[in-house]
Amino acid sequence: MTTGKPRTLYEKIWDAHVVERREDGTCLIYIDRHLVHEVTSPQAFEALRLSGRKVRRPDLTLAVPDHNLPTTARRDSAGHRIPIADPESAQQLAALERNAPEFGVRLIGDADAEQGIVHVVGPEQGFSLPGATIVCGDSHTACHGGLGALAFGIGTSEVEHVLATQTLLLSRSKTMEVRVEGQLGPGVSAKDLVLHICGVLRASGGTGYVIEYTGEAIRDLSVEGRLTVSNMAIEHGARAGLIAPDDKTFAYVKGRPYAPKGDEWEAAVAWWKNLATDPGATYDKVVVIQAADIAPTVTWGTSPEDTVPITGTVPSPDDFADPSKQEAAAKSLAYMGLTPGTPMQDVEVQNVFIGSCTNSRIEDLRAAARVLKGRTKAPTVRWAIVVPGSGLVKRQAEAEGLDRIFIEAGLEWREPGCSACLGMNPDKVPAGERCASTSNRNFVGRQGPGSRTHLVSPAMAAAAAVTGRLTDVRDLADVRELG
Amino acid sequence: MEPLKQVEGRAIPFGAKNVDTDVIIPAHWLKTITREGMSKGAFETLRQDPANLFDSETFKGAPILIAGDNFGCGSSREHAAWALMDLGIKAVIAPSFSDIFSGNAFKNGILTVVLPQAAIDRLMDVAQTDPVHIDLESQTVTTPFQDRFTFEIDPFRKHCLLGGLDEVGLTLARDEAISAYENEAGATMPWLNKGVVAA
Ligand code: SF4
Repeated sequence: MTTGKPRTLYEKIWDAHVVERREDGTCLIYIDRHLVHEVTSPQAFEALRLSGRKVRRPDLTLAVPDHNLPTTARRDSAGHRIPIADPESAQQLAALERNAPEFGVRLIGDADAEQGIVHVVGPEQGFSLPGATIVCGDSHTACHGGLGALAFGIGTSEVEHVLATQTLLLSRSKTMEVRVEGQLGPGVSAKDLVLHICGVLRASGGTGYVIEYTGEAIRDLSVEGRLTVSNMAIEHGARAGLIAPDDKTFAYVKGRPYAPKGDEWEAAVAWWKNLATDPGATYDKVVVIQAADIAPTVTWGTSPEDTVPITGTVPSPDDFADPSKQEAAAKSLAYMGLTPGTPMQDVEVQNVFIGSCTNSRIEDLRAAARVLKGRTKAPTVRWAIVVPGSGLVKRQAEAEGLDRIFIEAGLEWREPGCSACLGMNPDKVPAGERCASTSNRNFVGRQGPGSRTHLVSPAMAAAAAVTGRLTDVRDLADVRELG
Repeated sequence: MEPLKQVEGRAIPFGAKNVDTDVIIPAHWLKTITREGMSKGAFETLRQDPANLFDSETFKGAPILIAGDNFGCGSSREHAAWALMDLGIKAVIAPSFSDIFSGNAFKNGILTVVLPQAAIDRLMDVAQTDPVHIDLESQTVTTPFQDRFTFEIDPFRKHCLLGGLDEVGLTLARDEAISAYENEAGATMPWLNKGVVAA
């Protein structure tokens, strides 16, 4: 790593990956890791086939189905596949199962123990590494930035471009520091923190930027918590989110299947330690947030920016200065069936979803289980499911007895995948019903046509399951037991 | 990609403004696995009307589409470009396009031509009865009635469309630089140059 002008974490990773600089300032950037799933890859592989091209670096590519898979059993007792009912989902899975071996790409199969959501599998397998450039045909690829990797979502044409060339033509983004000073209060989690940031930055506050999250509250987060924060960088419009790797990161990565070993491990750690933003380096924009201001946070509308502390009330369109936001708020409230002034804690939910690449790692399941232990789901909650982020998370949770806690509380314990995060598989929220969901998007129809989503943390989702309404988890459970 | 030098033929006088990607190709088509056959989903909702332009005797298979302001707004789905391509459309003429759509169109070899509304109005008239001619080299749109409209295009895009060069092909031509990077990075960051090996 060269010395000279002080640089930010983003600039260091960028500089280390420039293959070529063009006259117009764009750069050909090398991509170290490419995650492929069944929804955005079929046409990319098809294009390679039609043009007689091959995958340049199958060894830097990892395929895993997640979006479409049912979260019910995938094999019968004899080990045969239980057919996927939706023909189009089945076809997308079949295409991935055909394309991966044809192009020499390692495929984690739908019933393998390692299968899971791409953004959970990448870090878990040590495939995603600090300082790496990582892409995937999915908007929430920024998730891997929690490890200190430059990770972002791409479209199908770009998937094809990376498969064929292992590069992308990009222009450098501006840099933004979001510094979270002080400590989070008891019962306030990484998800509450990032939802709060969504409210501060608005859905487009990060457009054109790569955000680096810094400050004491970020340093204090576990690696799982950092992945949760970085996951939602796209919800402020940012190209990517980054958190500088530190000893916690190295401890998390060490020993994972694809992580560097031996001397290479030592060299990698030495390199990673140099990635942190240099003293004196400047960002194009700095936003400072006080951790003490953050309460457990929920959304009331149809954009992740529509956040409010759980102790607050449903806003009125008049609360917003911007006329276009007033109009959007009125529309959101109508869609959500909410009346301004209603305390958030009076909002009843009929569904609870604990899962998605934002909140389906072991720590998330532990947080939900701590609240649910010895409690049961409210009878008015019609459907409550827990979907682990991967088969390995599932296995770990079962070893810790978390599955028993969920089942005894009346929740369903499912197979890993994206599930009700986007409702591409059969897990959908019915029209007009509400869902307390640990996912990352509350867009119109996201969890199924007409579905109404309230984004929350895992502990808050568990609390909502118990009471049947959005609930301040700090009132329900002893905050000391929340950890 | 096929080189695109000129487009000549009937132009569908569609004219609608703010045509979003949901209109061009409804979301349920996102579950497909191939680009081909996507014409079935193109303008699916509009084409439920048996009197629609797209399936009319005159305009079926026409290579040019004329539209209103802000064509292709909405989502970033590339399926919109694939649907038009599969429908046989090689060029779209409109007063403005969404950026993402024109990028996607270009990547798939579809020419987007921006002309002022007055020119669009005139072309809409002509298109009812006669063909329209687009020449990319001279950047002009002409009709059999001596109309002649010139348009602007990014020189890089023009070069790629004329030569039938796709972005992947252009980058593949930089193979030497990519290999040099791999060798260098393989020495300084060997752990990144080593991933997984297919079982
Ligand atoms: S869980 Fe949701 S956000 Fe994450 S990869 Fe799957 S669909 Fe995308």
